[in-house]
Amino acid sequence: MDIIIQNLTKRYGSQNAVDDISFEVKTGEIVGFLGPNGAGKTTTMKIITNFIAATKGDVSIGGKSMKEDAEELKKHIGYLPENNPIYEDVPIMDYLKFVAELQGIPKEKIPARIKEIIKKVGLNDEKHKKIFELSKGYKQRVGLAQALIHDPDILILDEPTTGLDPNQIIEIRKLIRELGKEKTVILSTHILPEVEAIADRILIINKGKIVANGTAEMLRNKAKSNEVIKVSIEGGDTNEVFNALKKLASVATVDFASRDNNSFHLESKPDMSTKHDIFNLCVEQKWFISELTPVEQKLEDIFRELTLN
Amino acid sequence: MRTIWIITKRELHSYFDSLIAYVMIVLFLGFSGFFTWIYGSDIFLVGQASLRTFFSIAYWTLFFFIPALTMKSLAEEKRSGTLELLLTKPVSEWQLIWGKFLGSLLVIGIALALTIPYIITLSSIGNFDLGANLMGYLGLLLMSAAYIGIGIFTSSISTNQIVAFLSALFVGLFFHIIFGVLANNMSGSLGGIFSFLDLNTHFESIARGVLDTKDIIYFASIMFVGLYMSVISLAKRNMN
Repeated sequence: MDIIIQNLTKRYGSQNAVDDISFEVKTGEIVGFLGPNGAGKTTTMKIITNFIAATKGDVSIGGKSMKEDAEELKKHIGYLPENNPIYEDVPIMDYLKFVAELQGIPKEKIPARIKEIIKKVGLNDEKHKKIFELSKGYKQRVGLAQALIHDPDILILDEPTTGLDPNQIIEIRKLIRELGKEKTVILSTHILPEVEAIADRILIINKGKIVANGTAEMLRNKAKSNEVIKVSIEGGDTNEVFNALKKLASVATVDFASRDNNSFHLESKPDMSTKHDIFNLCVEQKWFISELTPVEQKLEDIFRELTLN
Repeated sequence: MRTIWIITKRELHSYFDSLIAYVMIVLFLGFSGFFTWIYGSDIFLVGQASLRTFFSIAYWTLFFFIPALTMKSLAEEKRSGTLELLLTKPVSEWQLIWGKFLGSLLVIGIALALTIPYIITLSSIGNFDLGANLMGYLGLLLMSAAYIGIGIFTSSISTNQIVAFLSALFVGLFFHIIFGVLANNMSGSLGGIFSFLDLNTHFESIARGVLDTKDIIYFASIMFVGLYMSVISLAKRNMN
């Protein structure tokens, strides 16, 4: 089921928490929602899951409008809200049974379904505990289990990996990627490597507006920036090399990469490459290059560039 | 209907798992048992095989216990965020509210059912009018339904259980006493209005064994208004 979001706006008082955003998510696609705190990620997710109504605009899922078929559409959504709200005083099995019943799973199929899902999210060893006895990571798994129990076509996950340890994070990411093959997944996070690791597409949202929409690759290319290279040059005096590099026509800035050897960070001038000039310089001076690596612009930098203004 | 029952079951589980229901039932039976059989103008002092004494005591104990029972229902769901979990499932606000309502009403029903030994005892020691006494139970149930309606509403406006408890008592106090006092102090049509609003008048008339549609409408209206306002209060998250 595809999700189409059109001109969604949510006003709180005089402030637009979500400001006229539109985007689509196709079946089999995982979209990562990225943005600083208070950017409108959670609000957008609450609107998609029909917990709160939009001030303007509409969400349509599988061609049906949320305004008209909310009760029907809700059956197709699995939702893990922010902070993973959960009934603490209930045994895991009872909790999942309660959710399965609410989702309308036929009674005779519930035990098998719970067994399957508990295995999938890795709760098998803990299944007889009450929820308050679980660590945060395991609670998060229960949250995921309740979102997945009715095998929904659409998964909305608000920060699914918070509170997990690195091993658990990798497991859960793997699970989400697997689920994303046949489902439509929207997940939010503020962990940048995470979106890169899971999402097919990244939406960066800031102050209620979408400021970037594309694959990690596309975002890198889009962010206009100059080439940065780390170069180590041996065979010459540090200051001499530094000054020579500075004089090169294509070099905008030179910086020491470390104190004790001749490693430098070179930033090129716009639309130029410094590699050729460096090579020529070294040939001329009989220095030799022991390292030459492009410093890739990180998603962090793109994120900062787009959201800090 | 299925959804409502699932929520009712969950509500009952949470009452009994957290001991609230047991404490409530024990206190209710303890209080009403003490005053019905042992102390004050008890059954032996009155000297009639009638549960009227019990009904007038339960009239007060339920008034205090029901807000304690309902204060958690929505306030806690709102505070912990599980309300979001419920309402993003195929559950409507009305289904949720009815489920909560029935859960609380069933706990009260269980508490009242545990006083059935009173009936058995009395019918064996005297000339016991079963019909009239069952009407007393009906009166208590109707009164409970009305107060649960109020309690669920006050629980829906706050995330704090104490606030929910105290406001339920405050609202309930009007129906329980204040309207009655006003009715006594005023004459004419105003007095008539207050006398109609007074819960005790309606309760007494049912407990006497007279079943009047007017009384049923009275209790049902309080309940419906309470539940309707709870739904509105939940839906308010959509407005600004």
